[in-house]
Amino acid sequence: MKPIKIHTPFDDAAVTALKAGQQVLLSGIVYTARDAAHKRLCNLIANGQSLPLDLNGAALYFVGPSPAKPGYVIGSAGPTTSYRMDAYSPILIEQTGLKAMIGKGDRSPEVQNAMQKHRCIYFAATGGAAALISKSIVKCEVLCYDDLGPEAIHRLEVKDLPLLVAIDCHGHNLYHPEKSN
Amino acid sequence: MRYIKFEDIENAVRDLCLSAAYDLPDDVLNALQNSRSTETSDRGKMFLDQCIENAAIAATERLPICQDTGFAVYFVELGRDAQICGGTLYDAINSGTARGYQDGYLRKSIVNDPLFNRVNTGNNTPAVIHLELVLGDCLKITLAPKGGGSENMSRIKMLTPQAGIPGVINFVVNAVTEAGGNPCPPVIVGIGIGGTFEKVAYLAKKALLRKVGAPNPNPDYATLEEEILKKINSSQVGPQGLGGNSTALAVHIEYFPCHIASLPVAVNLNCHAARHASVTI
Repeated sequence: MKPIKIHTPFDDAAVTALKAGQQVLLSGIVYTARDAAHKRLCNLIANGQSLPLDLNGAALYFVGPSPAKPGYVIGSAGPTTSYRMDAYSPILIEQTGLKAMIGKGDRSPEVQNAMQKHRCIYFAATGGAAALISKSIVKCEVLCYDDLGPEAIHRLEVKDLPLLVAIDCHGHNLYHPEKSN
Repeated sequence: MRYIKFEDIENAVRDLCLSAAYDLPDDVLNALQNSRSTETSDRGKMFLDQCIENAAIAATERLPICQDTGFAVYFVELGRDAQICGGTLYDAINSGTARGYQDGYLRKSIVNDPLFNRVNTGNNTPAVIHLELVLGDCLKITLAPKGGGSENMSRIKMLTPQAGIPGVINFVVNAVTEAGGNPCPPVIVGIGIGGTFEKVAYLAKKALLRKVGAPNPNPDYATLEEEILKKINSSQVGPQGLGGNSTALAVHIEYFPCHIASLPVAVNLNCHAARHASVTI
């Protein structure tokens, strides 16, 4: 099956068209966030404050890249394990219009319910293929939370980032093919 | 008595950090290639191809194999006829680690307090250092950088003797299958059996250092390793947890005598980027 080319930002129609098992090549802007950044974003939402970035239609990549060597855009940049974001993702999906997440490993039923209800997609990037993945990142800048070091929110521009639709918004989950709706 | 200079240790450790992060050991690469040749799932084959290609890019361009360049875990064998001059062994290793992670553009992944003040220490120290006294006048340092994703899937259980071999097998197989794609399979499964609560965890970690697939010298444990590996690879967790028969590259058991009341067992998983490097001074 040939990968299909897709790009950010996403709308409901683009998310709905994607099915679990499809290979995609993603281009456009994605934002990085790990546990610490998720916690800050959700605290802001809980306190009714505005976020330092607009997540409406956006894609979040769960990654803490290694530092860029001279002459490189970014260091190695593979996905971190996604379940650690499970407590936060439903809040972001419901409150911000977040449309896509990129990580590795299964997600909770609560995340999947929020994905189905609000049309959001979950892509798996290949864990541990971090040097290879870095070749698809053409631009990288720290957007906010610089004090978190590798956990800062970065704004990445990606070109043909190879991903797999692991959980779609129709209830199909490649980690549990037997349980999918 | 042989004297070993603080600076020599520091420099050797600095270099070790870089080679461990960039160069996937040959035994791990061979195991990945073997898995690729026996993998039945197309998706699994694709992931294994990506891992093999990734290792080549990392080695050629001197880039970290994985962005998570890990907690720096050292296993040190210090000869009883060797003496460190110019500072302590612990300071030399920590100082070399800080330099290595800085010079090598490796990720700094350590926060200085687990609970109250999770601020990044900025240089990936302190390292975890396991020191063993041995005969001779040499200093052997092995670095096994350990990523957080696979470390989080570790398990320990104080089984009781009646649980026996089936109890151990169930505990280990469940740990690996329930971890699913989280620890980046195909994994290497380090198992500790026996000893005490803290000893068994150490054994599980130490088991990960063995050459991939080399059996335990004790034939009973070697057979158990084979049996557990077969069970794990028939689980269909597969590469990245997305199906296939390459869930583990190897199962390594280390064991130790234990108390009449106990049967401790620990599982420590290593992702497919199973990095380790050694130097002898």
